[in-house]
Amino acid sequence: MKRIAGILLAALVVASMASAQALLINGAGATFPNPIYSKWFDEYHKKNGNIEINYQSVGSGAGIKQVTDGTVDFGASDGPMSDEQLKAFQEKHGFGILHFPTVLGAVVPTYNIPGVTAALNFTPDALAGIFLGKITKWNDPAIAGANKGVNLPAADIVVVHRSDGSGTTYVWTDYLSKVSDEWKTKVGKGASPNWPVGLGGKGSEGVTGQIKNAPNSIGYVELIYAVSNNIPYGTVKNSSGSFIKADLASVSEAAAAAAKTMPDDFRVSITNPAGAKAYPIATFTWLLIPEKFSDAAKRDSIKGFLNWMLADGQNYAEQLSYAKLPKEVVAKEKIALAKIQ
Amino acid sequence: MAATTTVPSAGPIAGSRSFLSRLREGDEIARLITFLFAISVVLVTLLLIFELWQGSALARHKFGLQFFLTRVWDPIAEQFGALPFIYGTFITATVSLVIAVPLGIGAAIFLAELAPVRLSDTLEFFIDLLAAVPSVIYGLLGVFIVVPLMRDYVQPGLKNTLGFLPLFTGPAYGVGFLTAGIVLAIMVIPYIISVSREVLMSVPRDQREAALSLGSTRWESTWKVVVPFARTGIMGSIFLALARALGETMAVTMVIGNTPTISASLLSPGYSIAAVIANEFTEATGNLHTEALIELGLVLFLLTFLLNGVARLLIVITAQRGGGTAHA
Repeated sequence: MKRIAGILLAALVVASMASAQALLINGAGATFPNPIYSKWFDEYHKKNGNIEINYQSVGSGAGIKQVTDGTVDFGASDGPMSDEQLKAFQEKHGFGILHFPTVLGAVVPTYNIPGVTAALNFTPDALAGIFLGKITKWNDPAIAGANKGVNLPAADIVVVHRSDGSGTTYVWTDYLSKVSDEWKTKVGKGASPNWPVGLGGKGSEGVTGQIKNAPNSIGYVELIYAVSNNIPYGTVKNSSGSFIKADLASVSEAAAAAAKTMPDDFRVSITNPAGAKAYPIATFTWLLIPEKFSDAAKRDSIKGFLNWMLADGQNYAEQLSYAKLPKEVVAKEKIALAKIQ
Repeated sequence: MAATTTVPSAGPIAGSRSFLSRLREGDEIARLITFLFAISVVLVTLLLIFELWQGSALARHKFGLQFFLTRVWDPIAEQFGALPFIYGTFITATVSLVIAVPLGIGAAIFLAELAPVRLSDTLEFFIDLLAAVPSVIYGLLGVFIVVPLMRDYVQPGLKNTLGFLPLFTGPAYGVGFLTAGIVLAIMVIPYIISVSREVLMSVPRDQREAALSLGSTRWESTWKVVVPFARTGIMGSIFLALARALGETMAVTMVIGNTPTISASLLSPGYSIAAVIANEFTEATGNLHTEALIELGLVLFLLTFLLNGVARLLIVITAQRGGGTAHA
C-alpha cells in the first residue's frame, strides 16, 4: 500500500513538474495550519513568480511519513517528531531534519449544558477527571468549586473526543499528561490515544456536531475553529492559578514563556507553561525541513521562503486567528536557517 | 455473418484460417486485448492481497492470532487488538440486513408483481437515484435526523419497553450500533429493491399463468411460485447489500460513536473496521500502528472474500433446489 501510494505520488510529481516551468516545491502535513500555509504559499508565489509551493494538508503523521519517505520536499506537523522518528530519518537519508516553528495555536474546551450560558472555568484536575471518566456529573465539586454562582445540573457528562488521529488531540493529551500523573501513566500523549471514556467525532466538525446534538456534553476543538464558528468555550486554570480565556494574546504569552528555554532544535512542548497570563493548552506548529537538498535551486527557494515567513509572513497570522511567533523565537530560527545546506 | 458471405475470398476459408490471417483481420488482436482487460482484474486483486499481506508483516508477527482475540486498541502503548472492530462491523451489518431484507424484498415484490407498470417504473427511477447518493450524504442524514430521533424518542422508548433485554441497556447517546445499522439499512435498501425487482420481473410469464390456471390467487402465485423461482437472484441482491454494509466507511463513522467497545447493547457506541482505518491511517506515526491498520484492512478483505464464497455456495444450493421445485 505504502509503496504504491509512493509510486503514484512520485508519478504525479514528475508529471506536474514536467508541465510547469516554475520551480515546484512539494510539502505535506498538518491540517491545523493549512489556512495560513495556503495564504503564505500563495502570497509568496505572487512575489516570486518562478517559485510554486504545493502543500497537501494530509495530517501531521502522514506529513512526517512522506518527508521521511522522500516523496515530498518538506513536511509539517503539529507535534514535534519523536527521537525514533528523527533516527529513522537520519538512517534513511544520512542527514537530519530540522524543525521550524511557524505560528501558534491553542485548543479549548467546549461544552453544551442546557441552561448554562456563562463561560465555565476548568481546573486541570477537573479536565483530567472528566476525560478519565472519574468525574461523571456536572455538579461534581471539582467543577462546581471553580464555578460559583453557576447552576450546574446533576446530569451525566457526555465526553466527546476526536476519532481521527489529530494534532489537536496530541496537544490536548500532552497537556493532560503534564497536569495529571494518572493520565500520564494510564493514557499518555498521542494523536490517537486509547480513550478511557467518551464518543469519537470525526474532525472538529464531528466533535462540535456531537456536542451540539448531545445535551451535557464536553469536548475540545482548536481555538481558530471555535472562533470562526462562534462556538463558546471555557477558560482553563494555568500554572500560576489564574483562569485564562484563550485568545491570541494569551497564546503568545505561552510562547514567550517558553522562548527563554527554547532548545536549539525547537522541539518543545509549551503546554502548561509558566507565566501569569499564559493560556496553558497551546502549541507551536512546525515545518520539517531536511538539512540537505541535492537541488541547490530548491534549497535556496525554501530558505528564501522561510526568511520571508519569519518576517513579512508573520503579519498574516493574526488576521487568520493564529498567534505570531515571539521575537526571541524568530531571531533564533534565523540563525538556525544556516543549517540547511 | 452477412458481411463474410458477401466477401467471396473470406467465405470458404472461414473454418481453417491461419493464425496470421486471423491476426490480420483483428480477431486475435481483439481477443488478446480483451483478455488483458479481463486478467487485469485478477492481477489487481492479487496485488491487493500481496500488498496487504506484506504491509502488515510487523503486526502479524508481533501479535499473531492474539490480534483477533484481544480488545485493547492503544496506539500509544502499541497494543493492538482487532476484536472490537470485527464485532462492530458484524453487528452493524447484521442490524442493517435484519431491517433492509424484509423491507427491500417486500418493496420489490410490490413493484414487480402488484404495482401498475407506470408506477413501478417511476418508483424505480427514484430508487436508482437513492442508490447513487454518495455515502457522506447518508452520513449527514444520520447525524442531523436519525441521531437526534434515536436519542430523544427511539432509544428511550426501547429502554422503557424492552429494557429488560441486554440488547437495549445503557445511556441513550443517539449514536451507536443500532443507529449505524439503521443508516446502513437506508443505504442498502435501494440495492435490494433494484436487483430483486429485475429478477422478479424476469421470471417467465408461463410460471405465473400456470399457477393462476391451477386456481391460485394472485398473491399465492407471487409468493409460492414467482418468489421461489427468483430466489437465487434475490439472494444475490442481499449479498450485494451485505458487501456494501461491511465496507461502508463514511456514513458509519459519522453515527457509530467511534469507541472500540464490545457490548451486548445495541445502544452502546462502537467502531467498525473501515471506520478506524479511515480515522487513524493518516495520523498513524509508528510503524506498528500503520501495520496494524493495514492488517485490519486484510481482515476486512478476507471477511468479504469469505462472505462472497458463502454467497456463491448458497446460490448454487438454492439454484439446485429452486430449479427442482420450479420444474416439478
